[in-house]
Amino acid sequence: MRAGPLPWNRGDMDAVWVWRGLAGGGLIGLSASVLWLLNGHVAGISGIVNTLAETKVRSERSWRAVFVAGLVLGGVLASAWFSDGLSAPMPSWPMAAGAGVLVGVGTRLANGCTSGHGVCGLSRFSGRSLAATLTFIGTGALTVFLLRAFGGGAS
Amino acid sequence: MSDPHARPIATAVGAGLGGLLFGAGLVISGMTMPSKVQGFLDFAGAWDPSLMFVMGGAIAVHAVAYRISLGRGAPLLGGVFRRPALTKIDLRLLAGSALFGVGWGLGGLCPGPAVVTLAGGTASALLFVGVMIASSWLTGRLLDARRARNSLESTSP
Repeated sequence: MRAGPLPWNRGDMDAVWVWRGLAGGGLIGLSASVLWLLNGHVAGISGIVNTLAETKVRSERSWRAVFVAGLVLGGVLASAWFSDGLSAPMPSWPMAAGAGVLVGVGTRLANGCTSGHGVCGLSRFSGRSLAATLTFIGTGALTVFLLRAFGGGAS
Repeated sequence: MSDPHARPIATAVGAGLGGLLFGAGLVISGMTMPSKVQGFLDFAGAWDPSLMFVMGGAIAVHAVAYRISLGRGAPLLGGVFRRPALTKIDLRLLAGSALFGVGWGLGGLCPGPAVVTLAGGTASALLFVGVMIASSWLTGRLLDARRARNSLESTSP
């Protein structure tokens, strides 16, 4: 079932993705809400992972370790019904390494990523997060444009 | 710093629940599929709007929760609301976001999905996450060194 020949849907997105997108996004929003209302922490994955990897303080490490374990387990469980989630083609090794550096350095400098700025920050109407989100979507789009124009697509 | 008096078991349960929901959300929404991410970023070409619904759905829910939290003095399990302290839009934020965006466009993965796809067992995902963590750590060290050097210079006669 296709979403119709609308001019904005040039990628020919299946209509099912409207529901998967909203449902998946809703779960992400719910997760961030649980973390915020219960524990007062921002669900910014780059920050959570970095602190988990670097902190010497046990109380800072414990809940983050549990969160990350839940993250992986939640993905595994969901992939039982949505098998495309964990079996999608991954970037080639050089691409993965290069992208990893850019994501690691960039999110550290920006103090956030798609979840921290894009979800949590925008939900707070943060001007800083709006600037960040528009910027990373912008350079992301430029990158894909150049890849498609000259690279013939990644992986 | 976590409130040392906050209930550790309840905190862990909350964190675990949060993690499960987040991971499931990432898989269901398509965020763990690089081709979906790149399709969304392909505004000029075969644009796939899917991820627009992901961000929309997430913000719709979390914005409500955030408003609710404004009426509360503290998180339900104790401690304090860790509101981000930084408010300036500076070069560091913009440069970092720009670099992150390039990496996201190249690999089609941001931190959350990258961690989740470790479960897929691919060497590529492991390489991405390892490099991401190491690069971030190194960047942190360089930033700390620069901050230390700046404060040293400002106190020198």
